[in-house]
This record gives sequence, C-alpha cells and structure tokens, in this order.
Amino acid sequence: MNKRSFVSITDYSKEKMLKILDYAAEFEANPNRDTLANKVVATLFFEPSTRTKLSFETAINRLGGKVIGFSDASTTSSSKGESLKDTIVMVSNYADLIVIRHPLDGAARYASEVADIPVINAGDGSNQHPTQTMLDLYSIKKTQGTLENLNIVMVGDLKYGRTVHSLLMAMSHFNPSFTFIAPDELKMPDEYKQFCYEKGIKYHEESELKDISNADILYMTRVQKERFQDIIEYEKVKNIYTLRNKMLDNTKPTMRVLHPLPRVNEIDTDVDANEKAYYFKQAKNGVFARQAIICDALGLI
Amino acid sequence: MLDKKKGLVVVAIENGTVIDQIPPDKLFKVVSILNLDTLDCQITVGNNLKSNKIGTKGIIKITGKYFEPSVINKIALIAPNAKLNIIKDYQVIEKRNIDIPDEINNIIRCANPKCITNNEPVETLFHVIDKENVKVKCHYCERSISQESIIMK
Repeated sequence: MNKRSFVSITDYSKEKMLKILDYAAEFEANPNRDTLANKVVATLFFEPSTRTKLSFETAINRLGGKVIGFSDASTTSSSKGESLKDTIVMVSNYADLIVIRHPLDGAARYASEVADIPVINAGDGSNQHPTQTMLDLYSIKKTQGTLENLNIVMVGDLKYGRTVHSLLMAMSHFNPSFTFIAPDELKMPDEYKQFCYEKGIKYHEESELKDISNADILYMTRVQKERFQDIIEYEKVKNIYTLRNKMLDNTKPTMRVLHPLPRVNEIDTDVDANEKAYYFKQAKNGVFARQAIICDALGLI
Repeated sequence: MLDKKKGLVVVAIENGTVIDQIPPDKLFKVVSILNLDTLDCQITVGNNLKSNKIGTKGIIKITGKYFEPSVINKIALIAPNAKLNIIKDYQVIEKRNIDIPDEINNIIRCANPKCITNNEPVETLFHVIDKENVKVKCHYCERSISQESIIMK
C-alpha cells in the first residue's frame, strides 16, 4: 500500500488538512503550472460522475499532467467480469497516480492496498468522498477567514449524506457548534452525535429550517425521494427544507450557503443571485483543493 | 479429576484444552471458527449442559492440543465470556479469559451488502472500536457493526 493515498478524511491529520488548504490557496493564486509534467494520472470512474471527473481532470490539465481513464465501467473489462484488483494492478503499471470513483463502499481502500502507486478516492459508494470535504473546508476557510469556532448548520439528508458526515469529522478539529436540521427519517445518525459528545462538540437538532440567524455556514443537502419508505412523508417534508431568498434576510452578513451539488429543489433559484449563495464558487474551489491533494499524493509539495 | 459437587457429564481429559461456559447457541460456531472439524485429536463436545453461571452451556474438550491466544481470541466475538482451561495431568494449570483482539482478520462478514468485501474476493478486516460492547468497524466500508449484527463468514 502506498502511504500517500487519500481514501478517507481521517487519513489526514489536522496539520495535514491545514497544509493542503494553504497549498490550495497558492494554486488558486496561480493555477497554471507544469508541476505534473511527464506525469500520467488515471481517472477510473466505475460509475459516472461528470462533475467530479471534470474537476479532477481540470486540476491535472492545469498542472500539465496527462490523463488516461474511463468514465463508465460498462466500456471496460469489468463488464467482462474482471476483478477490481486486476484492473487496479494493471493500471498501476501505466500511471503515476489513480483517482477512483466506485459504486461499492470500501472499493477505494481496497484499491489503495493492491496498487503500488498512490490512490485518491473520488467517492466510494455511500462511504467517503474526502476531496469534497477538503474543498468544503477550503470554501469555509476562504469565506470565513478561519475554521475555528464556527456555527455550522447542516440541513437535509443527514442520515445518508456522506458529505455531511465527513465534514463533521473534519470540522471536529476546529471547535465548531453544529445545528442538525433534518426530517425524522433522515436525522443525523447516533454514532456521529456520540462522536460530537465524546469530542465535547456542541450540537442541537431541529426539524424545521427556520432560525438560522446565528449560522456562519449553511450547508444544504438534497433530500432524495428514494430515501423515504413512505412517499407521503416525503411530500410533507420536501418543501420545509427548501431554502428561499427571503429566509436569508436576518442572517449574518458573512454567512455563506454551501451545497455539494447537484442541487434540485432544496435551494430555490431566487437564492442564486444573493451574495450569500456560494455553491457555484465552492465547486470552482474544488479544482484548487484537488491540485493540492494530487501534488501531495505524488510527493511533489 | 472428578468434581463430585457438579457431577461429571463430560469425561475429564489428561492433557489439552477445555473451552467452558460457551452459550449453547454459539457452540457449533466455536467449533467451526477454531476449525476443530479438521483436527484428528480426540475432541469431546457437550451442549445444553447445566451451568450455575449461565443456565445452560456448551463445553469443548480437546485432547493433546493447546491454542495460541491469537487463535483462541477469534471466538471472542461470539463467546466473549467463555473460559479457557489448560489441562496437564488432569489438573487445570491455567485459566484464561477470552480477550477481544484489536483487529479481526477474515472471520466475520461485513453486514453491508454494498461493501467491497461482499462483492470481490477480499479478506475482511475489522477494527474493534468498543471491546466492552463488542462493536467493530469495517476497515473497508467503515461501517460500524454491533455484536447482534455480526455475521460469521
């Protein structure tokens, strides 16, 4: 296994996170470089994710690296029954770094163990998507000037949403206060509340999106219809969790709205023009965060 | 050695290992985890015997065989309160409790059907995150599994 792999947000210490964020800021100031000249990066997308793939490939291209890979497993030998291990070992012969997206939980950890080159997890099923977390942290630090002592309000699907779980773990280094706003069916799982309790992190839970006047960051997520066993329950809650422009009236001037995207109807389009809407810039930050993560994985910074 | 008070249901052994206080519904799991079916030494298995401590119990006596702690600790997940007696010349020379190891390699199956270990030929690995309540976390999919959901391979 290559020690420079980045599979889970817990692979990074607090110091490492801060170092990556500093480098991301440098890449933002000067994104076009030749740091990856003569490097080949394999982007192996066993399930489609256009947004994440474009972000990674932009990061690689702006650093002068070459990209090989695929965006859909149906065009590869895995559709012929080739094991993940064989695919990874084979690609390890060709590339300097693997970026993997896979529908199965734990696939990236396994890939990092069978590959002799570093592996970056670009999403393994419902488990982890650590580069998303790093770009979330970068966006928070950039908009708030700090990561310390912030009020983070998480809204929507807090049960299955891997981005909120990873963000919670990452923010736990920085003395946050959390508000979890979710319908009963999609509440923050006990193990994360227990984690907060053990770390001495303040949190409280609400079932309605109303008082957000103290929030520094409003982290919205999509409430997916298919998560509900009872469709009537979904119809009841779907509008309660929609953010509208007028709801931002009494919020802090420095407050920013984040969303991992794609957004469906949980943020009304009338929010987009508000300066507090940050989700598209957040996606742009993903390129800089990934530039830093890639260079770190290759030992270049 | 005859213990008159309890009454000896299963015959005593001269040398070897006795695993006692096994919950009856776990007895044959223990047999399978320790691969006792592949040993050619003399093995006595008793189940649903009367126990003052746990009502009924299972017991396994293996003649002429001693186990490494790392091997015997494999049963910790299903029978954490079992007792191990090392016998020499019909005497119990050592009593050991079962210790839950920090890591569990390829003994249990991940409860998450979408875990890579249930879809590719991967050896499972679990980190024990709570020894008291026997809670483990899959090394791959990072899901926590509590004792009642643990499935043996």
